[in-house]
Amino acid sequence: MYYDPFVLPFTLGLLLLLGYLLVKYGTWFWQLDAQDKKKIRYRLLTRRTLIALREIVAEGLIHRKIFKVNPRLGYMHMSLAFGWFLLIVVGAIEAHIFVKGSAPLYFPIFFRYFVPDQHHFFFSWGFAQLMDLLLLFVLSGLFMAFAKRFNAKTVGLKKTTKLKVVDKFVLTALWLIFPLRLLAESLTSGYHNSGGFLTGSLGAVFQYLFPTEPFIYPAWWAYSLSLGVFFVGLPFTRYMHIPTEMVLIFFRNWGLKLKVNNPVLKAVEIYSCPKCGICIDTCQLNELQNTTKSQSVYFIQRVRNAENYRELAENCLLCGRCESVCPVGIDLTALRLMHKTDFSENKKDQFAFVSERTNTADVIYFAGCMTHLTPTIKNSMEQIFKQAGENYWFMDKEQGACCGRPLKLAGQFQAASELVSLNRNMILQSGAHTLVTSCPICYKIFKEDYRLPLRVLHHSEYINELLVSKKIQVKKSTISVVYHDPCELGRGAAVYQAPRNALQFASNVIENGSSGQNSLCCGGSLANQSLSENNKQNIAHTTVHKLTDNNPELIATACPMCKKTLGAVSAVKVVDIAELVAKQMIVKPVHQKQKAVSVAEFA
Amino acid sequence: MQTKTIAIIGAGPAGMEASASLAKLGHQVVLIEKKASTGGHLNNWHHLFPDRRPAKELLQKLKQEVNHSNIEVMVNTAVHEVKQNDYRYELVLSEKNVINANAVLITTGFELFDAAKKEEYGYGIYNQVITNSDLEQLFQADNLAAQFKKPVKRVAFVHCVGSRDAKVNNHYCSKVCCVTAVKQSIEFKERMPETEVFCFYMDMRMFGPYYEELYREAQEKWGIVFIRGKISEASQTRDGSLQIKAEDTLASKPLRMNTDLLVLMAGMVPAEGNEHISRQFKLAIGDNRFFKSKDNHFDNQLSDTPGVFLAGACLAPMNITDTISQARAAALRIHEYLTN
Repeated sequence: MYYDPFVLPFTLGLLLLLGYLLVKYGTWFWQLDAQDKKKIRYRLLTRRTLIALREIVAEGLIHRKIFKVNPRLGYMHMSLAFGWFLLIVVGAIEAHIFVKGSAPLYFPIFFRYFVPDQHHFFFSWGFAQLMDLLLLFVLSGLFMAFAKRFNAKTVGLKKTTKLKVVDKFVLTALWLIFPLRLLAESLTSGYHNSGGFLTGSLGAVFQYLFPTEPFIYPAWWAYSLSLGVFFVGLPFTRYMHIPTEMVLIFFRNWGLKLKVNNPVLKAVEIYSCPKCGICIDTCQLNELQNTTKSQSVYFIQRVRNAENYRELAENCLLCGRCESVCPVGIDLTALRLMHKTDFSENKKDQFAFVSERTNTADVIYFAGCMTHLTPTIKNSMEQIFKQAGENYWFMDKEQGACCGRPLKLAGQFQAASELVSLNRNMILQSGAHTLVTSCPICYKIFKEDYRLPLRVLHHSEYINELLVSKKIQVKKSTISVVYHDPCELGRGAAVYQAPRNALQFASNVIENGSSGQNSLCCGGSLANQSLSENNKQNIAHTTVHKLTDNNPELIATACPMCKKTLGAVSAVKVVDIAELVAKQMIVKPVHQKQKAVSVAEFA
Repeated sequence: MQTKTIAIIGAGPAGMEASASLAKLGHQVVLIEKKASTGGHLNNWHHLFPDRRPAKELLQKLKQEVNHSNIEVMVNTAVHEVKQNDYRYELVLSEKNVINANAVLITTGFELFDAAKKEEYGYGIYNQVITNSDLEQLFQADNLAAQFKKPVKRVAFVHCVGSRDAKVNNHYCSKVCCVTAVKQSIEFKERMPETEVFCFYMDMRMFGPYYEELYREAQEKWGIVFIRGKISEASQTRDGSLQIKAEDTLASKPLRMNTDLLVLMAGMVPAEGNEHISRQFKLAIGDNRFFKSKDNHFDNQLSDTPGVFLAGACLAPMNITDTISQARAAALRIHEYLTN
């Protein structure tokens, strides 16, 4: 029987951890609503589970996504996670071959102590080398993590996360595990003249320098203690992400979604955050002076520690830039938004004064409140509708209710849903087959919350269709245009190509360094109620600066909010796609007599 | 006494009045104006508040004053570069003219806020939307009604366009637009008594003598309706009139109204060339982007740069009375500076 009291810190620590996880995850599962439980029951034995397992390997161990964003940081995470995992697996195989049967839980971990002379079993030499190689792999990552703590730039980050005391304590335990393992194994190998290329050589050096024997036993105790402390401390620190990320991957693959009224998915996502800090560098609020550190990693930390997170919940553009780079794939925007509901009061019957009215038409045009503040856009859209000979109803021309999304962005989900059902009735009664909106903010809620049995298009998609089908024609201008992706349309609704296609018909589109998924927020976000106008303009300045990298003659966007915000600070004229197309449109005589609308000159 | 030369940049009311005062004190003045004529914004105004004195009257008086043997007026002239040596300034002007000055007075004034920046009001989009300055031009005509294509049965004035508006980064009050709106609404009523006149305001700031009286007259004598609330947007209706949306904040109700004419009370913004001037003379610019004086109580006409003085609306929005007072104060400070 292989046993020594020094295995106790490790064994007890591990058992406590497993017990904690069992209770924690069991409670979460219990708290899931009936619908989610049903989903799990039906999907447990399907391909989805296999896909989840593959994802766990790719993301939880190899950290493929971090590699894509930042190879150095990817290597660091991979060597720690995947390296440690392989150490456990290969160690278990080695121990299994040696005892030719089952062994206690701790046996593979302390194998070198119990079996110091490894010359007597199958492939023992190979195992010694392999285990040393894996240990070296982990240690290399550890070295990078160590360097990152002192200088984030070594792994290509501008800033790294600030840690709590308990995090630092457990982090120290984690950092000690592998050096202590190296020490314990080397001392043992030195004394017994065994070990692989790393522990064997290091051991020989130790043995040459001093008698190793008295240090062997304390070193194994220290190794076991560091493991035990790490396991016991894990639930209270960011390292909870290691087991929880797996739960998240399963849940996601089984189709479970964040819900405002259910705490489970919110908790799973929050505990899955490894605090890697990738979200910090990508956040545009980072560049501002005197603002709270409200990046996702800090927000999640506050929520998890049950500290007041109101200020952080509100100081966010909800632009989705962090979400697009989060290696764990946490729904950072939705998560933040749902926590905003904790601070919003829902008044009853706020919209009793809004009356329903409807019209029959093929196409509904919903300009949106912001578009009414940029009338050139809606006038251009009317010109385009008329030119295309469309039978359309301008739903919010003279009086209309808000789409509801600004309320939702403020955390007032209940009030938003009242507006949604009000507008939804009017839309359904019109008998239209298509709904066109000029505002990406409206577009997103029409798509996601209205459950409309008709096509919902942003005007950039609609205009592109008209151009492709030649329902309208434009004269291509030689003017060079850079396209600014609005957050809600790009990252928010994955519409990237249609606006570019439409623009290409009418002008010469050039790209800039931060477009598509990486595009910057204009700063005018409706979601952020705490940012000063001055700071919003600072963000807009930076965005304009980046957009005009390649000296375009015009900035085109597809959002009235972006147009207004960028236009206020830009030396280069900012227009909406609809304006540009309407200006270049070849006007043919149409059925209805058209009113002359003066459109501002562009260049 | 050795004659000293003073360069005055900007020939609006402040620059003209200061030139005259300094000339009377025996100094040589070079009055530099970027535009083709002197007088500044007075050229664009019909009548002045609160006594409705014709702007022309003031303009004539100022022109007479600067018609002085000690004053050289240079129009169509800009200051390109400034070099400083031993309390003297060398100003490089258009066409490589160079003048040496013992002191410099900056009176570059203001510009009207570009109302097209508030796209929601439709300036430059709908031809029924005009600015306060456009309306003054229309007042020059004998028959106001004949200036509009369609009969104007209702007109709405919007206060604070580009002032007290964080969205356009102008947090300050332009001060004179309230009383200008009161004056213009009365003038509108006088010319077209059948027209209904509405003013949409945030606060009525009747800070000067007889301003409050004018405001009372507007309500009592002319029946002009003042609604506390800012207009959120204007759009064109089917019949070609404008629909405006606002909130009546005293009644706490949203409001929608059709109007035939919308007058935007564009506020004051620092003149475009101020940035260049501030770099050349190393002058401090305040958070509101106007020039910053050395001490806003005792040294309001002094800048942080010795020998460089400030007066008028380049310091902050102000009316002509205050501008003229500042111009005279500046002349006195310059005189003290040069004679000590």
